[in-house]
Amino acid sequence: MKKNSIRLMLLASSLFGSASLAYADSVTLTIESWRNDDTQVWQQQIIPAFEKANPDIKVVFAAAAPTEYNAALNAKLAAGSAGDLITCRPFDASLDLFKKGYLTSVNDLKGMDNFSDVAKAAWQTDDGKTTFCVPMASVIHGFIYNKDAFDELKITPPKTHDEFMEVLKKIKDDGTYTPLAMGTKDQWEAATMGWENIGPDYWKGEEGRKALIAGTAKLTDPAFVEPFKVLAGWAPYMGDGYQAQSYPDSQNLFTLGRAAIYPAGSWEISVFNKQAQFKMGAFPPPLPKEGDTCYISDQPDHALGMNAKSAHPEAAKKFLEWVASKDFAEIYGNALPGFFPLTKEKVELKDPLAKEFLSWRESCKPTMRATYQILSRGTPNLENESWGASANVINGTETPEVAAKKLQDGLDSWYHPGK
Amino acid sequence: MAVARKQTRWHIAIFLAPALIVYTAIMILPLFGTLQLSLFRNIDQKQVFVGLDNFRALFGDPHWSGAFWNAFKNNVWFSLIHMLVQNPIGILLAALLSSNKLRFRAFYRTAIFVPTILSFVIVGFVWKLILSPLWGIAPMLLKEVGLRSLFHPWLGVPDTALTTVALISVWQFVGIPMMLIYAALLSIPDEVIEAAECDGITGMAQFWKIKLPLILPSIGIISILTFVANFNAFDLVYVTQGALGGPNFSTDILGTFLYRTFFGFQLQLGDPNMGSAIASMMFFIILIGVCFYLFAIQTRLRRYQF
Repeated sequence: MKKNSIRLMLLASSLFGSASLAYADSVTLTIESWRNDDTQVWQQQIIPAFEKANPDIKVVFAAAAPTEYNAALNAKLAAGSAGDLITCRPFDASLDLFKKGYLTSVNDLKGMDNFSDVAKAAWQTDDGKTTFCVPMASVIHGFIYNKDAFDELKITPPKTHDEFMEVLKKIKDDGTYTPLAMGTKDQWEAATMGWENIGPDYWKGEEGRKALIAGTAKLTDPAFVEPFKVLAGWAPYMGDGYQAQSYPDSQNLFTLGRAAIYPAGSWEISVFNKQAQFKMGAFPPPLPKEGDTCYISDQPDHALGMNAKSAHPEAAKKFLEWVASKDFAEIYGNALPGFFPLTKEKVELKDPLAKEFLSWRESCKPTMRATYQILSRGTPNLENESWGASANVINGTETPEVAAKKLQDGLDSWYHPGK
Repeated sequence: MAVARKQTRWHIAIFLAPALIVYTAIMILPLFGTLQLSLFRNIDQKQVFVGLDNFRALFGDPHWSGAFWNAFKNNVWFSLIHMLVQNPIGILLAALLSSNKLRFRAFYRTAIFVPTILSFVIVGFVWKLILSPLWGIAPMLLKEVGLRSLFHPWLGVPDTALTTVALISVWQFVGIPMMLIYAALLSIPDEVIEAAECDGITGMAQFWKIKLPLILPSIGIISILTFVANFNAFDLVYVTQGALGGPNFSTDILGTFLYRTFFGFQLQLGDPNMGSAIASMMFFIILIGVCFYLFAIQTRLRRYQF
């Protein structure tokens, strides 16, 4: 982390240095982001493409660690030292920034009609009238598997839950590979790549998600408890000491070829492409029963907004308009395989694994993480609570029913839809 | 010969001023700022005075109070382990170091003290690696001697996580009580020891009957320093277990609870007002602890003047 930020600072200062020599009146925009993994891609592909078209504007990508981003950004905004462009988390975190006047409306920006209402929903006011960030990318959940291992063991990607469990058992019986590369140490994986990954198949995607928000469904309903039960069934296949296995541990376990299946978010693709020495494939969340409709979690992940106090609003707007264009979508989607552009225009992706994830959009109904919109606005925060609940269910310290009841009780304590 | 006039000693004030100004600006003012912030609440983007409402929520609302008492309980256990493990080991090490028969004294002293100057981030990271079930040295070493079954994912199981983190912290900081006690032991005058030897008190008996009573005031100071540090702790838990104090809040201490509430975490938005209420409670807990020590213990400790 520290090394990274020093490197960034050096880079930034050298950029400033050379910029001030060459272009006496050039403008420098700074982008705030939590995607520190992508720093290189921004510096080598995305920013140069923009700077080529706009030689009088320099852009610096200054990313923080994901877990520290919100805290750091809020502090910087309050102090007036934040960058010109701000990467927006979906829903409330950004809505709050907009309400506080830190972000400006992007309604009139050229190119905003390239996005569907669903794509914009994560960065709109509750009434849908004002959009305050330009949608950049979504991530799709599913499972990445080690193709070589599957071939070796002569198994094919499972389509249903029963097949999935069979595959896991086969891998375990063989003993060469850890069947499932997932741990519960960091908690969020269990919820994000576990419960929210397979869940939409059980609660019927948008239908269940909207019913939760409307208050007509409860988390204690079978549709929401069932995925917890499925999770609990994963535990025996998750490797020795999975309780202390962290997220990077799981990634390494898989990319080193020691595990066969990785419950994934598509953002792993670019990392795995670099690290894994074997062929990879992907399959969508297994269906509860043969013939059920499939649903995928196609989660709006990030967007870009403008700091209302930016010293260079015109340059920042120019950059945002470019972000809304197809050019950007194509560069971005290919530079960062696994982050799928939200634009309505047809974007060609080259990465095979990313293409596989994207292809599910055609056969499955998309939805997003059920806890994200509105339901994580109060205390206790449903999203954070669901992390603990999912991890506890896998660890066996809570039954699925108890975990679901705790989530619902927490939600009931502050959320009263229709009142 | 003229009598020198008694001068106003301005230099004292001048030399004290920088420290006083800095300390006031970065410690005392923010403290009152925090206390003040805890009496407000953000309603419709405006700060509204609500009196003790935040504290009422903190203790009255089952969700807040559950989290608070859980963090408090964990903090007490965290502190207890330091008192029961770190300080006795520190005293033992100091006693061994001050023994004349020991060779390589300077080496031991340095080796044991080094972890205290390491950053929390490094210590947390190293221990996470050592204890990792996948790549850790701990499971491998146990496997070598055929005791792999004794290994557990200690940091991942709610029953053991807090104790493990506390012991990591003990490992890191045992050098501090050791050094302070060592200094105290060295300052015991030789005459006292010689007198004890003349009376036939040697070895263990000498330690228990002569040295220990003489260093009791130092132990008291160390205990109160440990107490304050423990109830302010945050870094190590944050590095090893994350801001949620996992698994299942079993390592959530007041520091992490405060961080999560004040700054927000992931989708949870920061609430500076509730955060200040928690910070104020931490302040009061430490204040009560220190006052208890000062009035109930410190005044009763006998001091020996050499």
